[in-house]
Amino acid sequence: MADHIVEVRGLWKSFDTVEVLRGVSFTLSKGETLVIMGGSGSGKTVMLRLVAGLIGPDAGTIRVFGRNIEHLSEEELLPIRRRLGYVFQAAALFDSLSVRENVAYPLREHTRLDDREIEVRVVRNLRLVGLGPEVLPLLPAELSGGMKKRVGIARALSVEPEMLLFDEPTAGLDPTNSKLVAELIEELHGGVCDTAIVVTHDLELAKTVADRVAVLIDGRFAALGPVAAVLASDHPAVQAFLAGEAR
Amino acid sequence: MDAYLRRATIWYGGVGLLTGRVCRSLALPPKYFRVVVREVEVMGVQSLGVALIAAVFTGMVFTIQSAVNMARFGAESYVGPIAALAILRELGPVLTAILVGGKVASGITAELGSMKVTEQIDALRTLGVNYIKRLVVPRVLAALVVFPLLTVLADAVGVLGGMVIMFAERGADVWAYWNITTYWVVPKDFLTGVGKSVFFGAVVTLIGCYNGLSTEGGTEGLGRATTATVVHVTMGVIVSDFFLTKLFLTLFY
Repeated sequence: MADHIVEVRGLWKSFDTVEVLRGVSFTLSKGETLVIMGGSGSGKTVMLRLVAGLIGPDAGTIRVFGRNIEHLSEEELLPIRRRLGYVFQAAALFDSLSVRENVAYPLREHTRLDDREIEVRVVRNLRLVGLGPEVLPLLPAELSGGMKKRVGIARALSVEPEMLLFDEPTAGLDPTNSKLVAELIEELHGGVCDTAIVVTHDLELAKTVADRVAVLIDGRFAALGPVAAVLASDHPAVQAFLAGEAR
Repeated sequence: MDAYLRRATIWYGGVGLLTGRVCRSLALPPKYFRVVVREVEVMGVQSLGVALIAAVFTGMVFTIQSAVNMARFGAESYVGPIAALAILRELGPVLTAILVGGKVASGITAELGSMKVTEQIDALRTLGVNYIKRLVVPRVLAALVVFPLLTVLADAVGVLGGMVIMFAERGADVWAYWNITTYWVVPKDFLTGVGKSVFFGAVVTLIGCYNGLSTEGGTEGLGRATTATVVHVTMGVIVSDFFLTKLFLTLFY
């Protein structure tokens, strides 16, 4: 119980009249990677945004790093968010800042490091995601989709997070880049950040990085467990979803 | 009608809540003062031409119209103080707020709205950054400096424009014009106008920021938000000017 980084109980969320999440519960332990799968519009990203406190639930509790966050104000959430890294589906890099300034941004905001120390950390984080110093002066518009994702991961790593949240990390990437990003998440799991929630509909990514997989169908987890158990699930909706993804 | 009232309630409530959050976040870390200085430059220096050109031509038009028509009543000698009072109390602060405010606020809406639809605001939030302190408060503080300064300059240029046109078109004696103007115009005429401009600066910036931060619906939504900002700023300045005028007349007349 004590080493649960995230505990979600009976989570409900709707937008206008559409119920997206209907009583979802799960836990995430330290050192674990949970992959949440589901079709487009199934509420995967909503789940991730709820865990990060970007939106609030209609009902249910969300406990992150031992603290209930569902009623916290934006200001009260800031110290909790500094302990997690969020990688957005479209990277969400600051488009007027160079790669150097994007990755350095959290360091300039939250530390008193001088420019030289910040540069060292920026280069180190970029190297972790497989990028060299030649990308430092580039603007986000000058990067490929795969590079943007990796810079987004490098920026998330700058806060030295205890947990990473990945929103569709391989969406829109070609198979080679998807494989690179999957391997990167796996490397991070064994290195700088061992706890993660990955939201995806990419079955190959799930197989590569997951300790446990949850399949979100009709606002509820239709299956939740180790990868092999979920793949062998006899739930018809899960089988239909996995068969669709495998195709 | 219900939908309109609902939207209006959400909008006014949202601007009110944003104002409350800005008031709670006014204490900025020293590093953010560079952002305030940059905003002062963006809002002030880059709007100076618009404000001054509008002020000089408005001053000239108002003065020449007043002179021609007041001459019919034999009151042309009072054109100076009438024009100065109108410029200092109303035309200077209101025109500056509408022109500069429309430009500044629509720019803010476009910038923040673009950040919102590309999830850059959410990225700031997930990095543990107080986006109100980082994006809104510096702009509001800059506006509190820029709008009164621009209004003072617009007042000066407007009054001067009126004096020049009276000299050039009506052959007025400049010293007589100046003397009668300064005899009738008192400091509170100038100060109430400047006081209004402080309020207008805050209103304009908060509207621009709120519309940007509440942008939804991608680039189409961004276009709608930017257009709405120009309308909201214009109406906000004109309507609040009436209430500020009543307030100042009650307090200081």
